[in-house]
Amino acid sequence: MLIIRNLHAEVEDKQILKGINLTVNAGEVHAIMGPNGSGKSSLASVLAGKENYAVTEGEVLFEGKDLLDMAPEVRAREGIFLAFQYPIEIPGVSNINFLKTALAEIRAYKNLPPLDAKEFLQLSREKQKLVEFDAKLVNRSLNEGFSGGEKKRNEIFQLAMLEPSLSILDETDSGLDIDALRIVSKGVNKLRSEKNAFIIITHYQRLLEYIVPDFVHVLYNGRIVKSGTKELALELEEKGYDWLKEESREKEVTTV
Amino acid sequence: MSTIQERTIPLYEEIVNGYNRLVASDGDLRRARQSAFDKFRLLGFPSIKNEDWKYTNIGRFLKDEFALGVSAGAPSVVLPEAAIIPGLDGYRIVLVNGVWNGEVSGGPLPKGVEIKRVAEAIQDPALAGYFENGKWGNLAFVHLNTALFTDGLFIRVNGAVDKPLQIIHLYSTERNLMIQPRHVWVVNANAELTVVESVFSVEAEGKRGEVKTGEVKIWVNSLTEIIAHTDSRVDHTVIQAAAAGARLVNHTTVRQKKQSLYNNYTFTLPGADLVRNDLQARLEEDHTETHLYGLYLAAGQQLVDNHTLVDHQKPSCFSNELYKGVLLEQSTGVFNGKVYVHKDAQKTNAFQQNNNLVISKKATIDSKPELEIFADDVKCSHGSTVGQFSEDAVFYLRARGIGEETAKALLIAAFAFDVTEKIKIRAVENYINQLISQHIPVQG
Repeated sequence: MLIIRNLHAEVEDKQILKGINLTVNAGEVHAIMGPNGSGKSSLASVLAGKENYAVTEGEVLFEGKDLLDMAPEVRAREGIFLAFQYPIEIPGVSNINFLKTALAEIRAYKNLPPLDAKEFLQLSREKQKLVEFDAKLVNRSLNEGFSGGEKKRNEIFQLAMLEPSLSILDETDSGLDIDALRIVSKGVNKLRSEKNAFIIITHYQRLLEYIVPDFVHVLYNGRIVKSGTKELALELEEKGYDWLKEESREKEVTTV
Repeated sequence: MSTIQERTIPLYEEIVNGYNRLVASDGDLRRARQSAFDKFRLLGFPSIKNEDWKYTNIGRFLKDEFALGVSAGAPSVVLPEAAIIPGLDGYRIVLVNGVWNGEVSGGPLPKGVEIKRVAEAIQDPALAGYFENGKWGNLAFVHLNTALFTDGLFIRVNGAVDKPLQIIHLYSTERNLMIQPRHVWVVNANAELTVVESVFSVEAEGKRGEVKTGEVKIWVNSLTEIIAHTDSRVDHTVIQAAAAGARLVNHTTVRQKKQSLYNNYTFTLPGADLVRNDLQARLEEDHTETHLYGLYLAAGQQLVDNHTLVDHQKPSCFSNELYKGVLLEQSTGVFNGKVYVHKDAQKTNAFQQNNNLVISKKATIDSKPELEIFADDVKCSHGSTVGQFSEDAVFYLRARGIGEETAKALLIAAFAFDVTEKIKIRAVENYINQLISQHIPVQG
């Protein structure tokens, strides 16, 4: 589904990603962990098409197509979804109209007619229930005055509505209390299928107790320095990141 | 100054001739016209040296020749589809070049409502006094109107009008024309009036397509005086949707008496070359309430200038003002909001806010709040912002599959929402949202 080869990217002339290699297949959940400033959120932003990131080297193929060549909205229509670490508040744009517009554009891209009002309402109700999203929030302005947890749950509600094939969750667990974390995870687990894939970016192992990954990767200094299964996350929780930093430094020395 | 203008502004000679013709034939208001015309000649057309016109240079609009519409009959025009507000249950009257033909659609007017042509009202000695007001200070265009007006709408309301009154102003001409509509609306004690005004320019019937839009110029110098008596309520929406070629200079003075309420919602859309609105609320007695809401969406080479004045003369009055602007393409916007609190006006609450979204690099906005406070026990605030699209918001929408243009259109509509949501009549709110959406999305 997603193939990242030797991806280098910079922001404001600062090299952030220094050669990422990653392959994600349908049905898989990949966790990307790593210390602050290692490039985790930058990777998410580059994949979603944020314009202030410049890709300097490497390639990204999504379903065989050149992802880096697509505008952010085209990536979304092709099936990529980024759950934002800091969802934006947009007063005056109602949550539901925003979703209606987004869904209509995605469907138009796939040559599907827009859902009629009844179908849309039905879908929206079904997904609200699935991810336990408060119906009162649906008609409010987009994220305006939402609590941190409500914003994150809204991201998952949007994910449920738009049904992307690849979802990237950028520190969705940050700022969530234990109940919200459980609800968000439950939602994601319900949405998991053989046809879609998830990349979960997180700082802590906590979220991975609820959403169990198939693979865990550690990002450090713009590179994936270690990959493994879910046990790696536990090891990191226990030992921290310092041993990996050491290891990667040694590796760098030997390569030089 | 005016002697220089006499030589350099072609319109000037036409104005003098028009005035002479009018004064020769019309005895009724001779004195008021004379004194107003003297003042206009003294002041001349305002230039950027005038503080109130500092950012609005009308020089380029005065280069054309204009005929005065003093005695020109109104052309026959068809009501444009765009002027109809779907779902609005109200009385509708249409003025063509400032002249009403006397027809009302939407049923007979209720008893308490009296509407007359100004041409008639000035013949009535009991009403003529409303048109003799000479206290207009240095307002050159108002003096010009007072000297030259011939028609408009006189409205007097007793009791509550059950449905909104929709007034459609159509402007149409085949040669450059300047007209001076004059309106006086009197809302008596305890009465209630809801007015929805709209302004359109149209081609004369049978002439569609013969003259290119924008080639023929029409200059409308309009003056509206509204008197809101004790305990009255006036809800006043103005929608300015005239096309290229139109130059609209509007002065509206609202005189508020004790405990009266006046709400104004002014929407200016792309089209007219020049729109200058002077909206003045004179709070002449205590415990009044005033809400001024404005939204200007300017495009092309348009120049849109809103000058407001809230004149707190007496104690315990409340005023609130919110104007928002969206500047597209090469447009220029001006907002000047003056709040004047007199020494006697203790316990005044006066709030003002102006926010602007500048979409294009070539668009400009001059925003100037002006507070002059001479009382010591007051609550006043003002704020002014100028900003661009939030890149983060645009990206967020695009990351959900929404195209860049649609994303920007959504954000413009969201920005405008604070003002449009204030409209109390749902049909009018929908209509305005529809008008706005016709002008976006646009290329930055």
